[in-house]
Amino acid sequence: MLKDITIGQYFPGNSAVHRLDPRFKIIITGVFIGMLFSADGFLGLAVGAVFLLISFLLSQIPLKLMIKSLKPIVPIILFTSVLNIFFLDGVPLLRLGFIKITDEGLRTSAFMIIRIIALIMGSSLLTYTTSPIILTDAIERLLSPLKKIKLPVHELAMMMTIALRFIPTLIEETDKIMSAQKARGADMETGSLVQRAKALTPILIPLFVSAFRRAEELATAMECRCYRGGDGRTRLRQLHSTGADFFALGLSILFLDAVLLLNCLIG
Amino acid sequence: MEKNIISAQKVEFHYNNEYDENEAPKPIKQVLKGVSLDIPRGGFTAVLGHNGSGKSTIAKHMNAILLPCGGKVWVDGIDTCDEEMLFDIRSRVGMVFQNPDNQIVATIVEEDVAFALENMGVPPDEMRERVDDALKSVGMYEYREHSPHQLSGGQKQRVAIAGIIAMRPECIVLDEPTAMLDPKGRKEVLKTIRRLNNKFGITIILITHYMEEAALADRIVVMDNGEIIMDGVPRDVFSNVELMKKVGLDVPQVTELMYLLGKSGLPSDTHIIDEDECANALLKLLNE
Repeated sequence: MLKDITIGQYFPGNSAVHRLDPRFKIIITGVFIGMLFSADGFLGLAVGAVFLLISFLLSQIPLKLMIKSLKPIVPIILFTSVLNIFFLDGVPLLRLGFIKITDEGLRTSAFMIIRIIALIMGSSLLTYTTSPIILTDAIERLLSPLKKIKLPVHELAMMMTIALRFIPTLIEETDKIMSAQKARGADMETGSLVQRAKALTPILIPLFVSAFRRAEELATAMECRCYRGGDGRTRLRQLHSTGADFFALGLSILFLDAVLLLNCLIG
Repeated sequence: MEKNIISAQKVEFHYNNEYDENEAPKPIKQVLKGVSLDIPRGGFTAVLGHNGSGKSTIAKHMNAILLPCGGKVWVDGIDTCDEEMLFDIRSRVGMVFQNPDNQIVATIVEEDVAFALENMGVPPDEMRERVDDALKSVGMYEYREHSPHQLSGGQKQRVAIAGIIAMRPECIVLDEPTAMLDPKGRKEVLKTIRRLNNKFGITIILITHYMEEAALADRIVVMDNGEIIMDGVPRDVFSNVELMKKVGLDVPQVTELMYLLGKSGLPSDTHIIDEDECANALLKLLNE
């Protein structure tokens, strides 16, 4: 049951978007978010949406998957749109007692909904086309200039990698402990919320104990393999930026310029 | 070049006791009581012992994970207490542990094998070559892009061994590498270990409590209570059936059979450790 949980939502593939240098993908995603937030009007958003559409078509990710990525944010979308519709002043279109809907409210809420949806879809596209481990690697490299101000970039990336590595192991272990406790008569499915939370204690304690033991063994094994932090480390996987990466980045900046230009022209 | 890759002399070790200030300090329990052991290059040595015999502790002294409280350990002529040489020592003597899950660092097999090389600062081109070689030598090359949790226990342990081999060490210490594996995985790992010893001449030190595994070695060191009590070729060690039983260890079934036959008055030889030999000896007895 717990095995079905997937961390990250990587969708393996070999499309043009998959093949982009992950560092560039992160920067391009940043530029895309820039487009969405600098857009003043619907036309600006449309430019961003076109960029998203191009990337989406190139990535060969099924549309179903993209829509699935929106599921967790449905409450947020509803919440913002309701707030915007009812509480913004403007020309009233409809009045029901103390509730009024204004044109400005409708406009803003539509604007916000499109912006949020595009934002989530864009960042999902990044995680769909880049495996978590490569993403971590790219973040480490992008942040490496910050080592100069003593930010432990390598250590943070190492922690991420180890966390990703141990998620399946610990999930499997949780499953085992749960079965073992159930076999001893633990009741985890009935009772009030408080009771059920309390029933988790006999699962969490053995899980923590074993996680600490694993951590110690892993530390020894890492020491045996000459681990000494990030200094003087080389990497097996080298990232090479190609012409395509620069082209994609250039294109995204072009779109951002278009959005800014539209703002000036219309505003 | 030193004749012995590892040389331990009168190694003593104890863990520091933690105690409350109000309590009287507990007596220190010596884990190793003056262990002296030389490991010649290219050999396959098994260290046998019951739980708490100190066999894992002496193993951890062989690549400076633990430092002796008394005595000295030399690895390829380097004193393990010399902190500046720590990484030279660890790249000469690799170590494989019991639980394969707890020694794999990366989420992709080949990345994990490269971990030690990345730490050592090996250039990427050479790293690629060494990773591929290491994976091929344990027969896991086809799995190089898998994620470790998709592999069986035996396969994971072979990946862990590949991660050590990639360092091109002269010696590998394996601390009960098969204890958590199923019979199939155990066979795979043992086959790999023997191949590394025969084909690549890597010195092997196998810490174990399985007799069948120890019988593969060309030398067995038996430890009990922090001391070495026997040291010799498997035949000689196993022929001391009574002493082995006294320290809580078994002997191979055929040796035990010969021992029992001998005890009941029949002429038999407890130096027999493999089944064919035993069958021949029994035939001879029956014919007489």
